[in-house]
Amino acid sequence: MGLFILKRVGIMLLTALCLTFLVFFLTNLYPNLEKLAKTQGNFRMSDEQVASYLEKNGYLQPTPVKYGEWLGVLPSYRHTNEDGSVLGRCILPGTTAEESPNFCGILQGYWGYSSVFKEEVSTVVGTRLALTGRLMFWVMLLMVPSALILGILAGMREGSATDRTLSTIAITTTATPEYVSGVIFIAIFTSSAVGLKWFKGTATQAMENPTFENFFLPVLTIALYGMGYIARMTRASMTEVMTAQYIRTARLKGVAFPNIVMKHALRNALIAPFTVIMLQFPWLLNGVVIVETLFNYKGFGWALVQAAGNNDIQLLLAISVVSVFVVLVTQLISDIGYVYLNPRIRIS
Amino acid sequence: MEPLTWTGSIAFLNPLLMISLAAMLISIVVWILGSIVLPEAPLSINVDGTLNANAGLRGLTQSALRYSFMASVAVTLAYLVLGILMGTSAGIIGAISRQFLPVWLSLIILFAMSIAFKRRLGLYGKLFDSPIGMIGFGLVMFWVFTGIFGAMDLIITHDPLSQLSGMKNKVPGTPVPSTDEGQYAWYLLGGDNLARDVFSRMVRGAWEVVKIAPFATIFAFMVGITLGLPAGYYGGRLDTFLSFLANLILAFPVILLFYLLVTPEIVATGVPNYMAAVLFVFPIIFLAVLLNSRFYTRPNFRTPLLIGVLGVALWFYLSMISTGGYIIETETYRIWGLPTYLDLFNIPGGILVVFVSVVFVNSPTVFRIVRGLALDIKTRDYVAAAQTRGEGPWYIMLWEILPNARGPLIVDFCLRIGYTTILLGTLGFFGLGLPPESPDWGSTINEGRKLLSIYLHPALPPALALLSLVLGLNLLADGLREESLKD
Repeated sequence: MGLFILKRVGIMLLTALCLTFLVFFLTNLYPNLEKLAKTQGNFRMSDEQVASYLEKNGYLQPTPVKYGEWLGVLPSYRHTNEDGSVLGRCILPGTTAEESPNFCGILQGYWGYSSVFKEEVSTVVGTRLALTGRLMFWVMLLMVPSALILGILAGMREGSATDRTLSTIAITTTATPEYVSGVIFIAIFTSSAVGLKWFKGTATQAMENPTFENFFLPVLTIALYGMGYIARMTRASMTEVMTAQYIRTARLKGVAFPNIVMKHALRNALIAPFTVIMLQFPWLLNGVVIVETLFNYKGFGWALVQAAGNNDIQLLLAISVVSVFVVLVTQLISDIGYVYLNPRIRIS
Repeated sequence: MEPLTWTGSIAFLNPLLMISLAAMLISIVVWILGSIVLPEAPLSINVDGTLNANAGLRGLTQSALRYSFMASVAVTLAYLVLGILMGTSAGIIGAISRQFLPVWLSLIILFAMSIAFKRRLGLYGKLFDSPIGMIGFGLVMFWVFTGIFGAMDLIITHDPLSQLSGMKNKVPGTPVPSTDEGQYAWYLLGGDNLARDVFSRMVRGAWEVVKIAPFATIFAFMVGITLGLPAGYYGGRLDTFLSFLANLILAFPVILLFYLLVTPEIVATGVPNYMAAVLFVFPIIFLAVLLNSRFYTRPNFRTPLLIGVLGVALWFYLSMISTGGYIIETETYRIWGLPTYLDLFNIPGGILVVFVSVVFVNSPTVFRIVRGLALDIKTRDYVAAAQTRGEGPWYIMLWEILPNARGPLIVDFCLRIGYTTILLGTLGFFGLGLPPESPDWGSTINEGRKLLSIYLHPALPPALALLSLVLGLNLLADGLREESLKD
């Protein structure tokens, strides 16, 4: 087991390296750098001015060198101005070139400086991630129990009326992407045209003061899309368990149906949904980006949109590291959890 | 011109619809409760050994549901038929159903033909045994026909891009202020914030989906199959390497990938063209291997066949990836492609990058599915038989394993078109790739949502359209799965 986890962590690191290099490569293509220079300087810069700006900030080195600097395995670039002052990635405002270190990458714990938010990337990611974490917590709290209940009720008696209706509901929710259900919810529950006005159409206030009124709709919108999928998986797993031999034995023995479901079937039926729920995290990340844009909730997804729209290289890299980390860790947890839950599987 | 109301002179149907819908809702609830509470229908055994099942109370709830459902369908049909007959005097609904007349006709013909010959049509025919599958297929074909006829300017009432002054944010059914000769006199679903016709934009949006989603899915399948079959069949290093690559792409949040790939700056560097050049090769490889592995024993037949098929395929490939005589054209360098006079069609850079990134995002999942199926099927006896016969590995993969994996693949194909539709909508929602005035559903939803608290009509029609198309594809996949399991 220890070896398995070690191997998985190794693959994880390799994947993260490959992906961050990919992001690095795409964000450092010349037209993107030109856009960055123009948003940082001004939009009427001439080609020479753009080139000199990029030169000064060390963007014109070869991509692997820049990547090495970002990682912290190569000494970072320094540019000496005509008046003798020194510019560099490691030299923060207020410090001199002599006292600042030569290496400053993520290995040294320095994530860079966000050009959009004018803050250190680590603070931006930290605050935004905390906001999104709150959103995700409530989404999970709403989505997982309701999906499991839906799936178990549907899978309990395959082909029954309950099954048909609940399956149709599950299919409908998987067919409704967040930007459709969100728009429909906003239209019905918040607009003055329908006039119900039960909830708020934006979740901006929920960042400081989350209430049911301003926070329920975004949570519901994300939860609905994921819920259908988990419910269908739970239903499939439940129907499979309900046809197993030992359930038939229990029925023949005369155990009451509720008892069979609760005591015999449920535990085995929940193994497969566990993996699905874990693997659902990357999908939720997508939903988070859409919903945070739709409801103007300034969390992690919103920061992603801002960073990508303005080619904020450092922030984009940090965001992709975080999201890749989330994806890979959930994959690892789902694998390990699967082994623990299902005694028939052994890892050699 | 008078503004149109929703139902016009067929308003007498409204109470009927309300009643039948209410009856259906109530009977669904009763049906579900009944299936939990009521005892199962008792069986009585006759003297001659046959069984008699009494309908009982359960049967009663079931037939109540069936009749109320039929009543709702009948009232809805009445709306449509009266609408087709009466046109605009039956209000907005009548006008819309008359505009959709070519779609209704094609649907009727398609369903009549399919049901008449369903026993000879294989899996497709079996679809018409399952009500869920039929509803799904109907929804999908509705939008497919709408897309095609909309592109032929049959259904739309106004130009989806032109703006009429005074129609900004007007409610559905508002008459156009100055009617020129031959111009449709109303904005059926109102005007958006740039005074364009919402109805025509929604119809034209269907074409944006119909022209991209199926092809992107087919390409993703070609890539996934061509790589997934050898990965599953051979295993070993190849499998490890390809699976690592697939997991790499899957670990990437889709939206981040879109934000990185689908930007004008990336188009300017020519990265999408390189990706297109690589991804579009896979169908050619697939075709070549498919035909060669089958016919290599008959060189006299194989060689001309391969020359013909591959010649056409290569021509399409080159016309697809080259634009204006160049495969890649950036400011600093260019690579020569097919000369312009041989170029069949040009794909604009914006569409190409959308297409390529959707294929790129979808193919790893297809790869994983195909690999899993190949791993499972390669242990079967007929594969062992083919190996003993001395068939080559590619023959076994493409002519033994692939046909036997078709069931799950067809089901996944339907689901994946739906997912691709959602992805295209996401791209439009974030304003990536497609031109800003493009009538695709995602962009229209994005524009409409900004004024959603006051005006509902610009955002809701495209949202419901997308919802119904994806729902249709999901139901279709469900029906196909059910029917293919019955074999």
